[in-house]
Amino acid sequence: MAVYLLRRLITAVPVMLVVVLLVFLSLQLVPGDPVDFIIGPDTPYNIDREAYEAQIRQQLGLDRPLYEQFLRYVWGLVQFDFGTSIRSKLPVIEELIPRYQATLELAVFALLIAVAVGIPAGVIAAIRPNSWLDSLVTTLALMGISLPSFWFGLLLMLLFALQLGWLPPSGRPTSAFTAEGFAYVIMPAVTLGLGSAGLIMRLTRSQLLEVLGEDYVRTARAKGLPPSAVVLKHALRNALLPVVTVVGLQFGELLAGAVIVETVFSYPGVGSYLIQSVSNRDFPAVQSGVLFVSLTFVLVNLLVDALYSLVDPRIRYD
Amino acid sequence: MNRSSFWKRFWRRCRANPITLASLVVLALILLTAVVGPLLAPYDPLKPDFLALSQGPSAKHWFGTDQLGRDVFSRVLHGAGYSISIGLLSVALGLVLGAVMGLVAGFVGGRVDAWLMRVVDVLLAFPGILLAILIVSIFGSSYVNVVVALAFFSVPTFARIARASTLSIRNLDYVQAAEALGVHPLRIMFRHILPNATAPLVVYSTLRCASAILGGAALSFLGLGVAPPTPEWGLMIAQAREALRSAPHIMLFPGLAIFLTVLAVNILGDALRDVLDPKLKT
Repeated sequence: MAVYLLRRLITAVPVMLVVVLLVFLSLQLVPGDPVDFIIGPDTPYNIDREAYEAQIRQQLGLDRPLYEQFLRYVWGLVQFDFGTSIRSKLPVIEELIPRYQATLELAVFALLIAVAVGIPAGVIAAIRPNSWLDSLVTTLALMGISLPSFWFGLLLMLLFALQLGWLPPSGRPTSAFTAEGFAYVIMPAVTLGLGSAGLIMRLTRSQLLEVLGEDYVRTARAKGLPPSAVVLKHALRNALLPVVTVVGLQFGELLAGAVIVETVFSYPGVGSYLIQSVSNRDFPAVQSGVLFVSLTFVLVNLLVDALYSLVDPRIRYD
Repeated sequence: MNRSSFWKRFWRRCRANPITLASLVVLALILLTAVVGPLLAPYDPLKPDFLALSQGPSAKHWFGTDQLGRDVFSRVLHGAGYSISIGLLSVALGLVLGAVMGLVAGFVGGRVDAWLMRVVDVLLAFPGILLAILIVSIFGSSYVNVVVALAFFSVPTFARIARASTLSIRNLDYVQAAEALGVHPLRIMFRHILPNATAPLVVYSTLRCASAILGGAALSFLGLGVAPPTPEWGLMIAQAREALRSAPHIMLFPGLAIFLTVLAVNILGDALRDVLDPKLKT
């Protein structure tokens, strides 16, 4: 198991490096000179602009060949140096860490909601296929997948914050794991988790339907086991195996979806940081935000793989 | 399955379920709106009316007016073309790029396959619309850039589906026979293999269309799509946010339009999947 994980980690390294390379090259593709962005259009009259530009270029290493810049960039990343924000002049990592924590909290809560709603709903639908309850749950799931999250978020905000005043409309004063912070994460997490809940429900339903048709389930029924035991103890366990994978993959999708939801609720996470940085043309910040999310995604996928072998004893990695 | 029997089965599947039938009607209406919407619009979608700011729905303005007094109904009608064309074009582009990649990878195999699949892995390492955000942030926001950015988001999955189908067809007798006869590999790929690999690609295209419409609207909402004052649905919602408390109807209708369109496409996608590829299940 450890060997397998290590091997997977090693195979993930080239993918990560290419992701870093792509994100690095993306900065080169930006039209215009980064030095112009840094200095701005105006220079004081007593400063020789060309000399000043050359000085900054040298400071940032922009006068070096591209491959050397890339190696420096990777070397920096290894030391958790993600560059300096053009707007705030602070190291990007300092701005990102607290926001990263906020985004992870949001994604975790969204995933919990998605699983807590999606799996029971899928089971309910699969127990009586083609009944009115099945149609209802299936239709609701499809509606959840089809709802534009930014619109649904605004509807929730309108109802629960502006009209009823039950929940705070936006922001994040403190961690979601505190009583005060929890109120702030409910609406964003529901908004974010809705689509995933629909997907998980559909998958649980179709997997469970398939498993319920298998011989060992018929045997369990024939033995006279109560229907709940057949479904919950015998069938669901096997039906949930592919669901585990999808739930894991959904976590990455939620990190990306957080970009939209955080913007709706002015939630200070990596996503809203990314969007602010895009509009400020703060490219080191954009790069790092994208890197943070996609590298997390690659790592989560790796973990899901490992988890899969834990829940499915048939899979042996050696 | 020949063409007429496919449509017959699709029609039977639609008729069997009232929700599917309703989706078919709704989608037909929305597509019609996308084409002729501008002709039906009672007002100019860009013209402000400062005597009718943020009015609620009325007989004169069915969906009310926005903060600048523009008719929301006219704007929603005009917006259909943007949202739907972004969805269709980006999926078409993603399908072409992805299917060619998958076909070549599956057919040629070996090193080419390994390299192409690594490209797919890298594209898949950017979850959801993140890659689209990166692309738009570099090249700037415009209609074309949004389409290209969203296409990249579909390429890897199309490539994987096309590759899997190609691998399963590649060693069938008729393909081997064509190869033995010396048929050009390109002809084998596009005339012999591709036609038999279309079912899963078509099904996935439909479902992808729904997410591309959502993604396009989301990019506009984030300020990374088409520029104001274009009456694009996502952008309209973004602009309506300021008036969320005082005039919530402004954001209600464009959102409803996105929701109904995506829902109809998703329901029909499911129906199409049942007919074309009963083995595929989600």
